[in-house]
Order: sequence, then structure tokens, then C-alpha cells
Amino acid sequence: MLRIPCPQCGERDYTEFRYGGDATKVRPAHGSGDLKSWHDHVFLFDNPKGAHREFWQHVQGCRQWLVLERDTATNTAGRSWLARERGAREAPHG
Amino acid sequence: MASGSHRLAAGGRIERARPIAFTLEGRRLQGFGGDTLASALLAAGVGVLGRSFKYHRPRGLLAAGVEEPNGLLTLGEGGGRTPNVPATTVELAEGIVATRQNGWPSVDVDLMAALTACAAPLLGAGFYYKTFMGPRRGSWMLYEPYIRRAAGLGRGTHATDPDRYETRHAFTDVLVIGAGPAGLAAARAAAQAGARVMLVEQDFALGGSLLATRSDSPLEPWRAALESELQAFANLSIGLRTTALGVYDGNTLALLERHDHARPDASRGAAREVIVTLRARAIVYACGAAERPLVFADNDRPGVMLCSAVRAYLNRYAVAAGRRAVLATNNDSAYATARDLAAAGVPVTVLDERARPDAATAQALRAAGIEVRAGVRVARALGGRALKGVEFEPVEGGRTERLDADILGMSGGWSPVVHLTSHTGRKPVYRAALDAFVPQSYAAGHFGAGALTGSLTLSAALAEGREAGLAAAAHAGCSRAVGPSPAPPVADEAVGFEASPPRPPERRGKAFVDFQNDVTTDDIALAHEEGYVSVEHLKRYTTLGMGTDQGKTSNVNAARWMAALRGVELPAAGTTTYRPPYTPVSIGALAGRHIGARFRPTRRSPLHDWHVTNGAVMIEAGPWLRPWYYRWAGDGAASAYVEEMRLVRGGVGVSDVSTLGKIDVQGPDAAEFLNRVYVNGFAKLPIGKARYGVMLNDDATVLDDGTTARFGETRYFMTTTTGQAAEVMSWLEFLLQTAWTDLRVQVVSVTDAFAGMSLAGPRARAALELAFPELDVSDTALPHMGAREVQVDGMRLRLLRLSFSGELAYELYAPADRGIALWERLLGRAAPLGLKPYGLEALASLRIEKGHVAGLELDHRNTLDDLGLGKMAASAKAYIGRELRVRPDLRAAQRWSLVGLECLEPQARLRGGAILFARGDAIAGHGRGYITSVTWSTVLDKYIALGLYQGGLKHVGEEILCAYPLKGETVRARIVQPVFIDPAGERLHV
Repeated sequence: MLRIPCPQCGERDYTEFRYGGDATKVRPAHGSGDLKSWHDHVFLFDNPKGAHREFWQHVQGCRQWLVLERDTATNTAGRSWLARERGAREAPHG
Repeated sequence: MASGSHRLAAGGRIERARPIAFTLEGRRLQGFGGDTLASALLAAGVGVLGRSFKYHRPRGLLAAGVEEPNGLLTLGEGGGRTPNVPATTVELAEGIVATRQNGWPSVDVDLMAALTACAAPLLGAGFYYKTFMGPRRGSWMLYEPYIRRAAGLGRGTHATDPDRYETRHAFTDVLVIGAGPAGLAAARAAAQAGARVMLVEQDFALGGSLLATRSDSPLEPWRAALESELQAFANLSIGLRTTALGVYDGNTLALLERHDHARPDASRGAAREVIVTLRARAIVYACGAAERPLVFADNDRPGVMLCSAVRAYLNRYAVAAGRRAVLATNNDSAYATARDLAAAGVPVTVLDERARPDAATAQALRAAGIEVRAGVRVARALGGRALKGVEFEPVEGGRTERLDADILGMSGGWSPVVHLTSHTGRKPVYRAALDAFVPQSYAAGHFGAGALTGSLTLSAALAEGREAGLAAAAHAGCSRAVGPSPAPPVADEAVGFEASPPRPPERRGKAFVDFQNDVTTDDIALAHEEGYVSVEHLKRYTTLGMGTDQGKTSNVNAARWMAALRGVELPAAGTTTYRPPYTPVSIGALAGRHIGARFRPTRRSPLHDWHVTNGAVMIEAGPWLRPWYYRWAGDGAASAYVEEMRLVRGGVGVSDVSTLGKIDVQGPDAAEFLNRVYVNGFAKLPIGKARYGVMLNDDATVLDDGTTARFGETRYFMTTTTGQAAEVMSWLEFLLQTAWTDLRVQVVSVTDAFAGMSLAGPRARAALELAFPELDVSDTALPHMGAREVQVDGMRLRLLRLSFSGELAYELYAPADRGIALWERLLGRAAPLGLKPYGLEALASLRIEKGHVAGLELDHRNTLDDLGLGKMAASAKAYIGRELRVRPDLRAAQRWSLVGLECLEPQARLRGGAILFARGDAIAGHGRGYITSVTWSTVLDKYIALGLYQGGLKHVGEEILCAYPLKGETVRARIVQPVFIDPAGERLHV
């Protein structure tokens, strides 16, 4: 099954991780007060076939949240990076 | 041949020096090492191996391998009893106990056969959709028990399985599936190239189709030499008796290792079966091909077999399946069987459907005295319990002729075994030259070789195997130079083939397509007539291919038959989806060691040992073991918790709350962080105070509640509910790591670092004073919601004054390894006050009386307002969920919101999950709400409950009905405020 590369711990089995949803969505600023942007963020999201970016947490390891590139059609993992280091939308150098 | 036995005096690949005894229905029989149960039974002259699924027709062996549909036996007794085991896959071992299936009173004398013979016309495909419908609606449930009892083949057991099963992980560079010539060549090449190779073979010997050739041919020493060469590789591991069950994402496979032959001793930790989760960098599929039966009337008679099976029994097991053979075929492979039978002294006639079979091969046979008839096909097999003769006719039509025979081999062509290559969703493609399906394409790093790809000759298998092995090794990064594949010592056998021409509907008897599920050509015709023409519908309507053999000998014939009926080419008919497991696997193997107490991890409180030694009856609460009640309070839960509640309401009790989630929150921005996450204000929480808080999800449903105490300028101690601890922890980490990376906050789980206990009751302060005379725990020193860190006897404690039960109460936290010391100190020193421990049942019941919501109310569907907590939400600050909280639907007047309920019927009780109706409502549908939590109130002396009701507290005072259909109860109750004791909270402020 899926093997996920944790930036801290190396390649691990997906069973060590917790899925955290779509990482391409941008969370509205806290307290923005805007019902529509919050509604869209919570309830609307694309479900692309192919390249996707997702949050996963390495709960049985370093407990870091990472952003993982995954192909939803072939269920193959690509690159990953720590969510807090570069943010969800930027990929790491190199 | 020995009389009464079909075993040949010489030849075969069995170990005649190792006789093995086994029993069949109490009858003692003998075989040899190297036999399967099937070959040993065949040798002993047991022709009928069971009764068929629907029609109870006598059945014998069709095949010699895993594709066997008929010869399913029950092995073993008691807890080790295993039904539906194909005898062809059982390696003969000492002491095997076998029973045949599906005959009553016995397989030899089966009364069901007579019954179903009469009913046969009514038992066509889908008969249960058309019969057993009346006379009344619901009549089906009268017939169902009888039909259920008649269904199935073998019988399972409810006794505990005494065997042990294991699971294991493994990794390899190259996996080769199948040890026929292609697989052997692939493994050899990959190993030579320097890769770490694993070769798996479901059989107990290496060689695949080579094992069916004559044991005195040059192929045998050649095969043995190749086997020795493979065993000498240090980087090649060979797994015999290992089946590849399925291929999954990421080049992950499930392998099943079988150890039955070694009679594993569970008491010594030996496992009967091992499931290996294997990750391979590259995979070579050398799964081979399975022979197809021919379709003609009564092709299921005992004695009718696949030609390759006749050959395998002859050459591998030295068993002549009969004394007079007829082989019917549409391809050249049957001729090898004919030659070998003749050499063993069995008279043979070959019936070839082709008008012009290969001249050279036919000539050679005729020269050996074997009659070959061309352009003819079998019309019907004659005989009941055993084959007696064969009726055949010209393919173009004409007079039927008859031959005596007790063995009829049939060869309808070869179907590549495409199951595993299809598991990842790549459908196979039709190849007309084979009239069968082959893998269409492979994923990156996957390769196919040999008969699987449609290459049926030995030289092709060796060449393709070598190529695949090299490619697989290269894919895994290994590319040392590799020599040529070993040259075969014999010429290739002929592989000419012509697809059988279409046949008219069979009128002379049942022509079987799926032997295991008793599906005939009539059933396919019926499905076609009723519109179930796609292969997917055909499969499900007729149950074709749905047996334990997964249609290994039936899929292609069925597709061809339906295609002919539809008047389309075969590719248009297609195949159904192949899914793991390739062959049946025991549930025990899948469970491995995760059984009983090891089914999931058990979490224990630091005080666990004390509870167990001191009369606690433990209960599972999620993964935790918690004290349910204590025996000092009573003998059973129902009475004990009431006593414990009385103790707390009237005196003082102490309960273990170590399972609560505890999170250490620290940092300069900790206050801001908490303020964002909770709906109520935390920014100004003073040091030394605790506050009850509620968290929402982004969608404004309640996520969790808990208490957070401030112990320092930047130090906070958060508690969560037991059930949501992990959820909340991940949520906080998510926010800090993905959304608010600028906040300087650290969160750490300390759930297991602290033991926690709740000391509750009017005498709680007095108990605390007795336990800690050195501390000032007066009302002024430790006011309601106060939080202190104190040192007692070198032990650092956290002391909070807060209440779950509604009585004066304190929560104490000690480092986990000092938990029992603290607990015993409390109990010992406060004993004069009557302090005793109370358990989870009482803990839960006390909070219901107080009206505190807990897990049963916090189910992620309810909002703050639903739970009566709307006033908690701050108006001045932002918090998670604030925006979506204002959605109109979440504020609708008719939402179900929290109410209290009092039972109005003294003899009845309220039940959690009961559905609530207004008086006058019909008791049907979803009602107006439901009960979430129930308890017996010692204060009110009646059953009370919390629940959700449409319109909520607008209906206080109304009488309603609580319906519990599972027990047929409807009980009257009154809606009240959801607080049953001390609504003003006076007891908290003494």
C-alpha cells in the first residue's frame, strides 16, 4: 500500500499517518467574519483525478504535519515537506 | 496395476519409500510422500468426491491443481475443521482426516439428489427470484431457513481454532510469481543480475508444468539441475507452498505461506499459516495458464477430467485415472497425454474437433497404435457415478457413435491465469489465437512471461522468463551480466489450436460451464433471454464464477457462450473484475495474532493494578480499561452504581479520571491560541484559575469540551474528554503547523504522564484536609475553579477545584508513577469520613443528574445552541466556528435541542437511544428526538435522562412518549429542565 516519505523520519507505511484533507485550499484568516469564504473552505473542494496535494500527520512518529503530493488515480506518493516550514502551496527547493 | 488400485507399479515423482496413512470418512487409506490428497484418493479408486452444489450430482476430480472446482473436502475435526478444501491443493501428510461434502445421509447415497432431480426444472438461474414468493408477503422468511440449510457445500465450526497464525513483513528487489519454466528462468536471471530475489510457488515442488511430463524424460534431471542451481544462490529465497493472494498499490502483495504439511504445534508457537505483506521493487508474473473444459452434455460425470490433469496424475503421481481413455480436444496439447497414456499401457482414442489436426503429430500417434478421429466432438458423457462411455458425433452433424471409456480427458484450450495481473485494475485483453484473455499491459516494474502471456512452448517460456527477470532486476537497479537461459533438453511440444465452433443448445443433458456452482448452458441461455447479457449481469444472475474457484475453469467458456448467443465477438463480452484473494484464505491467517485481547491495544490507567486488586470490576471504554463499579458497593453493576452515587451525594467518593486527555500548552502566545480555539474567553484567565471551555469544529458543531487551567504566565494545562483526546491533539497541532505558524506555542500530550482522580461530595474538602494537613485548601485559598501546583512529600501535584458531578469536588493530578501513592494516601487518611472509590457507571450517572453534557451529547452533529451552551460564546472575540455558526439552518427553531426527561411510569425505565414522540404522534419514523444519556436518580428516585427534542425547552412540562422498538417498549416521560439537582449550583460554592 501507500508508502509516505516523512521529511523527518523517512519513508513509512501509510498506517503510521493520519489523513488531513486537501492542502490546496487556503484557510481563511482567523476571525475574518466572512461567512461565504468559510462556507466555501469547509464545504466545497475539488476532487481531482491525478496530481493532488494533501495534509498528512505522522501520528505514530514525529507528529509533524506534512504536505504530500499524491496521484489520486494511481495512489502513488510524490514529494513531501513539512507544512510549517514552507507552507502548503510552496514546494521545497530542489 | 495393483487390483482395486489405480496406482502404477513404477514411475511418477512420488516417494514410494514414504507411505502416508490418512482416513476418508473413517476408512483408512494410504498414499505416498509427494502425493496430494486428490492423487491418493484417485489411486485408491475413490471416484466420487462430493455432490454438486445445486443438483447434488456425483462429482469427481476435474483438475490436478488450484483450479479444481469439484473435489472439495472437509479436513480435520473440532476446532481445526476446515470445509471446502480442494483435495488437489492438499499435500498428503500423516493423519489427515477427510470427509466428503454435500450428501445426505452420505455422498454415496444422497437422498437430496433424488429430490433435486425432480425439482431440477425449477432450479434454474435466479430461481429464488421467481419462486418462494407466496402465498403471502413475508412468506420468504418461512422458506428461508430450509433453503439456507440446503445451501453451501461444507459445514464450518463454531469451536475455537486451536491453530496459530502469524503475519510478517518482507521486502525484496524482485518477486517472481510461479516456478514453472518461465518463473525458474526469470528467478535465475534476476539472481544472476545481482538482485535480491524471492520466488514463490503455491505448489510444494518447483517446476510447474514440467512436473506433469514423464518422470523418465530428460526434462526431469534438467529440472532438478536447475532447481539445485537456484538453491545455490545466496540472494534468492524460494518459497514453496506460498500463494500470492493479491497485488495492491505500491507493489505491495499479500503472500500466504502454508505449513499444514509440517503439522505445526501451536503450543510451541508454530504457525499453521503466515500472511506476508511483501513490498517488491519489481514483479515478474509467471502464473501460467489453466486448461479449459469442453462444454457438452453431462461433462461433469466422475471420470471426465482435463487432459492436463490426466497427464499430471499419470506422470507426477503414477496414477492411471482409468483403464480405457478417450481424449477430446481442439488443440495439440492433448496428444502428449495420449502418448503418455499409451506408454503406460492404457488404451486411448483421441477425438479431435479440428478437421485437419497437425499432420505430423497425428501421424506419430497413429504409428504408436493410438486411434485419432478428426472432425468429431463429444456429444454426451455416459454414466452416473462413474463414466461408462462417450457418445460423439461429427462437428458438422451426423450419426453419433459410441466408445467405451472410464476416463474422458477434455481440452478446450488454455486460459492464461490473468487474476494477479488484473488486481491493480488493468483489464486483460482478448487474443483470438488463444480464444482467451492475456494481460493487456503492465504497470511500471511489472513484467510477464511464459504461458501467462500466451506463449505455450517451453523454449518461449524460458526465453521470456530470462528477459523478464533481467528487466525486473534492471528496474530494481541491478544489472550484472547474465548468461543465456538453460537450453531445454527436448524439443517443444506442438501447440496448435482452433477454437471450438459454436454448438447448438444442448438437449441431451446438462452441459456444465461452471462446475462448482452448477451453472449450465441452459442458465446462460436463460440469462440471455431475460436480458442479463453483460458479463457482470451474467455472473451475478447465474452465480457463474462466484464459487471458491473464482471461475478459473469457467469464465472464458461462459464469455464465449454468451458472445455466441448475442452474436458478437468475444472481446465485446469481456471479463468480470478479478479481485483478491486468488485462492481462498482462512480468516485466521488474516487475523494473525490480532485476536482476543490482542485485537487492539489496551490502555491502562496508572492506577489499574490497584483497582484490580481492590474489588473493581473493569470495563472496556474505547481502548481503555476502567473501573465500572467496585464490589464494596454491590454485586452487580445495576445495584452497585446506585450505592456509589449515594456515597458521592451524601459523603465523599474518589474516582480514577486518568483517561482524560491532558495537553500541556506553553509559549508566549499560548493565551491567544486558547482564545482562538475555545468559544469562550481565555485571554484573561488569571494564573491559578481553571475555566470550562468548549471547542467547535470549523463548521460550528461542537468538537469537545474540557477544562484548561493556567499555572504560569505562559503555561497552561488543558484537559479534554477521554474519547476526543487524540482528535483534539491532532487538531491543535494542525492549527499551529499549517494555519498559525506565527504563533509561538508548543503543545505536548501528557495524558499518560499524569494520573488523575476526582474527589467529590459534600465532605470532599474535609477529606482533602485529612489527606494533606500541610496544605491550605480552605474556600478562600482554593476557591471554585481554582488551580494550584503544590509539593507534598516530594511529590508535585496539581490540584483543581472543579466538579463534574455537581457536588463540591476536586481534581488531583500526580505524576503517573506516584498515582497509586496519592490514591492510597487519600483513601487511607480520609477513611474516617467514609471515603471509598466509585467507578465509571456512577461517574457518568452523577453528571447526568447535574446536566453536564458528555460524549453521548458531543457527537459532532450538535451545535452550542443545541446543547444549551449558546451563552458561552463570546461576542467580542473571534473563535473557530464563529462564522459558520450563524448559518440559518443552525439557528432554526425546530432543531433538536437539549432537554431533561423524567420517567412517569414507576415500573418502566428509560433507555438510551429511545426515539421521542409527542402525545398523539403515530409511533413511526424518526420522531421528534432521542434520548442520549440515562440513569437512575438516587436524588429523585426515578429514571431520568438527557436527550434532544424538537423545539427543546419550549416544551418543558409536556408529557411525551419514549419508544424503544427493539424491546417493544413505549414509556411516558415528562420534559423538564436538563438539570436535576442544585440548578443554582450552591453545592459548588460551599
